[in-house]
Parts: sequence; structure tokens; C-alpha cells
Amino acid sequence: MQKRLILNPELLSITVNRLCHQLIENHNNFENTVLVGLQPRGTYLLDLIVDHLKDLAGVEVTHGYLDTTFYRDDFRRRDTPVKASETKINFIVENKKVVLIDDVLFTGRSVRAAMDALLAYGRPEKVELLVLIDRRYSRDLPLAANYVGKRVNTMASQKVMVQLDPSKQNKVWLVNEE
Amino acid sequence: MTQLSQKHLLGIKDITEKDIQLIFDTADTFKEVINRPIKKVPSLRDITIANVFFENSTRTRLSFELAEKRLSADVINFSASSSSVKKGETLLDTVNNILSMKVDMLVMRHASPGAPHFLSRHIDANIVNAGDGTHEHPTQALLDSYSIREKLGDVAGKKVAIIGDILHSRVAISNIFALQKQGAEVMVCGPNTLLPKHIASLGVKVELDVRKALEWCDVANVLRIQLERQQIKYFPSLREYSLYYGINLKLLESLDKEIVIMHPGPINRGVELASDVADSRHAIILDQVQNGVAIRMAVLYLLASQPGA
Repeated sequence: MQKRLILNPELLSITVNRLCHQLIENHNNFENTVLVGLQPRGTYLLDLIVDHLKDLAGVEVTHGYLDTTFYRDDFRRRDTPVKASETKINFIVENKKVVLIDDVLFTGRSVRAAMDALLAYGRPEKVELLVLIDRRYSRDLPLAANYVGKRVNTMASQKVMVQLDPSKQNKVWLVNEE
Repeated sequence: MTQLSQKHLLGIKDITEKDIQLIFDTADTFKEVINRPIKKVPSLRDITIANVFFENSTRTRLSFELAEKRLSADVINFSASSSSVKKGETLLDTVNNILSMKVDMLVMRHASPGAPHFLSRHIDANIVNAGDGTHEHPTQALLDSYSIREKLGDVAGKKVAIIGDILHSRVAISNIFALQKQGAEVMVCGPNTLLPKHIASLGVKVELDVRKALEWCDVANVLRIQLERQQIKYFPSLREYSLYYGINLKLLESLDKEIVIMHPGPINRGVELASDVADSRHAIILDQVQNGVAIRMAVLYLLASQPGA
């Protein structure tokens, strides 16, 4: 297994900082905006952004976790079933601006499932997508992110490994599977 | 672990402790789903489920049907009382006819113990046992344990007394297996005539005095007297049964601790359980019913999600 570091801790914190500034630019004081992290790994990025927005703008942004397991289009088609995670959304998204947050945008299928799942909480005014890593040229669906941390060119056989862990250093690798 | 070790849910006896935990973890997420403004997920939209009930049921059947609909499955219902079974068709023929209409899963209740096990050897569809005679009722036992876990935090180490008509109860047998697999201590309590002869060989305590059982336990699961299954008299009268084994508020309050009262329904008010107990804060009977939908959603979802199912 070959690993190549594509975001080191310093770069990653600069990137998150930029994403937060872009969010502030478009959403002002977040009065009518909610942030929704996609389970399982989008939630780490969400927590990072929520904390950083608090430091930057002094705002406490409404946020929640969304699990998309029951909305996936590969049910019964995978070799091993996906285990569901917790959904924690204690607000209604009716007429709200929603920013979906995930670590990696690859085929776009999780995001489609997430948009489907989100509708169970009302009809949002607008839905945006924020991702840390956008894997170019690999979309199965006509989707694009509004906020992108870093765009990378990858092959289908490669994997992007994101480590966002408060107890370790935050890093992103590109992994070649043998 | 993300999948069950079995293709069918025929009984608690066949599944592992890990299976039970997986079902509970999945039920947690479904419990959140059924409390949303839109209580439905599209997971089973290309699955057809037949509810085949050869024996009467309201609660279990409604609960299964609701669980199936919340998962977006297509549902067909069959009850023996209004069908060709009355004309002499065999069980296997009836089921094969249903399956040839492209049905993926069967939820089945039958008066004969082992009927779903027999079917599982002859058909491909996933089978969920919704009660087979006096043998097992796995989803009821799962929702009972799940309700205990929700109320007391954990099942392991808890003392559970099953009180009443143990002899005719599939709920009792499934509960004994489920509770023991999760590390709880189990006691059965009832009049001698309603306790199976060799019940102690399952590793449960046996008690004839209901007061002593209540003093011992953290949770009392009170069972219904199943008059419809009793061909002979097992006790002199319902009044006498209620006098010796009925649980009322006075009895509960004379204990020096608080215990949780469960009942799988339907309650015979004033026989095994007095109204003042059934409606009191001790009882979690309606929580059991709500948890039943989440547990059945989890079971159906996990069985359907198996690759190649």
C-alpha cells in the first residue's frame, strides 16, 4: 500500500479556515442557515467547522448529523451491508438554507441519498454542499460542490483517507491499493 | 458486524448475542426514524412482504404491517380464516402459491410449533416467525429485552421474573433464551399446573409464590392466561387465579423497591394485572408496543439487506 500525503496539518487548517470564511461570506450571521454533517465521517469535519466559526465570527450555528444508510441506492447490491449510524437533527429544515458537509465527494451517490433523507425534515429553501476533498472526473451523477477544500485527480482504484481526529493530527492521504 | 448470522428469524434459540446487539443498534436508528415528522424511509421499496397469519392477531400483525410500510415495502395480507386453507390446501401449497407471485419475505404465525422451521427447509424467501403455537415468538422477546435496556440501561445482570401461564407461552420461551443470551437472570413463577415439568433444565429459577418472585426481581414480565389454549382446567377459577397470582398496586407498594412491570398484551384486566398497575408509572406496556415497530423494522431491514437474499 502506497500513501501520499495531500494535505498536511498546517495546510488542512488553512483550508478549513478558508471554507469557514466562504461560509461567512455567503451566510452572514447564519440566522437562517443550518449545517448538516453526513454520517459517518462528515460529522468530524462539521464539528471542526462549527468550532472554528464560533472562534471566527462568534456565532453558534445550528447543526446536526444525518445518516443516509436507509436512503442508499445500493441496498442488497453490496457484498457487506452498511451499518446505520445515528441521525441527530432536532430542528426542521423548512425554508432554511442547508449546507451539507462531507469529507470526500466521489461518485455523488451519498449526496443524492442525503438530499433524499433531508426531505424528511421539511422543504429547505436552498441546499448547498461543502466537501474537504473533491475527487475530479469520478462522478456517477450530475452533482457539484459549492465549497471545495481541495480538488484532486484520482483513479477509481485509489482511495482518499481523511484523518480528522482531535487526539491526533489532521491529515489527508491518497492511497494506492495494491 | 453488520449482518445477521441467520437467513431467517425462526427463534431466539438460533441467533447469537451479537445478532441481538445488531438488531438493537439498528432499532435505535429506526426509533429515531419513527419519531420524525416524516416517518418513512425508502430502504425496502423493491421488496414484497406477505403477512401470513394462520392464527388471530391484532397487535403483532399491525406492528409488522406498520414496520413494513415505514420501510416502504409492498405488503400483502393473508389470514387463514378467509382463505383456501378452509378448503383443505396444505401449508406448503398455500405458501408456494403466495411465493410464486414474487414475494421476497414471509412473516408467519401458525398454531403448530415448528411450522416456520418446516417451511424454511422448503422455500427460499426469508421467514420471520411471528409466533408458532406454544414454541417461540422471537420479535416479542427482542422488543421486551429492548424495552428493559431502554428503561434500565442494560439487560446483563438484571433479574427478570416471568409470571403467569408459562406452559402455553411462546413469549416465555423466547424471553428465557433472549434474556439468558444477554446475561440476565430469569425466574418463572406461576401455579404448578401452568409450569412446564422440565422448565428448570433451561437454567431458570422456579417460584410458586408471586410475592417472593416480585421481591427477587427488577423486572416482572406478566403473561396472559391463555384460555383459548387450555383444553382442561388448570386452576379452579379465574377469580382464584387473580387472588393468588394477580398483581395489584397494593402488592407492588408493599415491596421495599420499585420494579418495572411489562405485559406482552392483550391484558386481561383484573385477572393477571389490576387496572391500577397497568395504568401506573410502574408499567412500560405502551413503550413495549412502540418499541415493537422499531424492532420489527430492524429485523426486516437486516434480513432483507443480506447479499443475495
